Amino acid sequence: MFDFLDRYDVLGAFWVTVQLTFYSAIGSLIWGTVLAAMRVSPVPLMRGFGTAYVNVVRNIPLTVIIVFTSLGLFQTLGVTLGAGNFKTIDFRLAVLGLIAYTSAFVCEAIRSGINTVPLGQSEAARAIGLRFPQVLMLIVLPQAFRSVVGPLANVLIALTKNTTVASAIGVAEAAALMREMIENEAQLILISAVFAFGFICLTLPTGLFLGWVSRKVSVKR
Amino acid sequence: MRSSSVLYDAPGPRARRQNVLLTVLFLVALAAVVWWVVQSLADKNQLEWVKWRPFFTDSRAWSTFLLPGLKNTLIAASLAMVIALPLGALFGIARLSDHWWVRGAAGTVVEFFRAIPVLILMLFANEAYAKYTSVSSDSRPLYAVVTGLVLYNGSVLAEIVRAGILSLPQGQSDAAKAIGMRKNQVMRYVLLPQSVTAMMPAIVSQLVVIVKDTALGGALLGFSELLASVRPMSANYGANTIASFAIVAAVYVVLNLTLTSFASWLEVRLRRGKKSTGAVVTAGAVEDLATPGEHVGRDDLGGASGTAGT
Repeated sequence: MFDFLDRYDVLGAFWVTVQLTFYSAIGSLIWGTVLAAMRVSPVPLMRGFGTAYVNVVRNIPLTVIIVFTSLGLFQTLGVTLGAGNFKTIDFRLAVLGLIAYTSAFVCEAIRSGINTVPLGQSEAARAIGLRFPQVLMLIVLPQAFRSVVGPLANVLIALTKNTTVASAIGVAEAAALMREMIENEAQLILISAVFAFGFICLTLPTGLFLGWVSRKVSVKR
Repeated sequence: MRSSSVLYDAPGPRARRQNVLLTVLFLVALAAVVWWVVQSLADKNQLEWVKWRPFFTDSRAWSTFLLPGLKNTLIAASLAMVIALPLGALFGIARLSDHWWVRGAAGTVVEFFRAIPVLILMLFANEAYAKYTSVSSDSRPLYAVVTGLVLYNGSVLAEIVRAGILSLPQGQSDAAKAIGMRKNQVMRYVLLPQSVTAMMPAIVSQLVVIVKDTALGGALLGFSELLASVRPMSANYGANTIASFAIVAAVYVVLNLTLTSFASWLEVRLRRGKKSTGAVVTAGAVEDLATPGEHVGRDDLGGASGTAGT
């Protein structure tokens, strides 16, 4: 019944999905933290930029962003992100699009975490002479990160599912292979079940594990 | 100076000087990036007025490409919403059932469809319609998009309904039981009417996710919605890819910002309202319920993070 699976590299496709998720997660964690720092900084211009970025990017469909990286950035402007062949270019463009989109949500999650830190903490920090960067880096962000593991886990799970959009620009990840397979094979239900199962295997343990971590590390108040 | 800031005092003279310095540095960096972007756009002739003119001076660009695309986007989104809402309500209530097998079955269905990318559901629906039904190939993309959206968002809406009902004070159902109401009377006359107002903001926010997800149909299923109008526009108006994308993105942003601000206006209004219990379910509260496979008690409702849909 499953013999047709031998003709396709299902594990390979899911491996690309995992890689997309991995690089995009790291990138959006960094850029999202920078954005969150901007949004709470004392400089109005930075706050304005952070707010504008989040509100604009969050409201553009990810599909539009990903297709734009291919049609707009690559084909029109010739941006290759230093990659040589089409396969790598598409992959890197997809990661770029996913980072640009996901960091808006990471930023909002971290900002909500910053709001959970009691006012007295940073007042105390300022009273012993710490300045804004120190208050942020030493007192507030470490606690904020501990309280946003749960929300960040949700963002990560959404990101894992969102990597399927990369198939719109020809990245050979799971959804792209599923498309190819249901076109060529007769077992629609079986193929769909395989891919559904694959995604459940990726998202369910992540959710359970990070849920456990979030209960473990959250600051008890 | 906003009083809400946890992180810094009202600036003194030295802090003000520093802020000015930071502002200037950031402005320079921002200007450098903007200049670099404009320069690379100009190098590829993407800033010529000819490429942007159709959207501002020629109404045909809107009547031929953009508005029909927007119409299809809105049709798919509203159809999905209208079908998914009752389904979601049904499953949300079923998840709160006293019978373990109803609770378990509804929970499995909801968690299953939430764990799978909406694109996978759309691809499946598209092929299933082609194979097992006589839906014409012209309308198949719309059917597939709506089916995918209903399956996914129906289960998210089920969670919203569950969170809405759980957000009501326990005393409500205790009181209702005390005056002799039966289980389904408590649900129909006491809990549901109140939770509908509580969950309105979250429902409106979910509409944004649905609107955004219709774009998947344009990119992958040949559904002629807003995003799909980029290609014909670019072909008709002299390879104005960047301009077309900018306009399409702007339409999405305006549409979704309108929905988002409507949702938060609604939330503020409900929180102020004296007649309700004051319980409000926001998108953030639902995302906190969103870890697949995990059952969160009512203590964990609340918190605020954005919905991270596609």
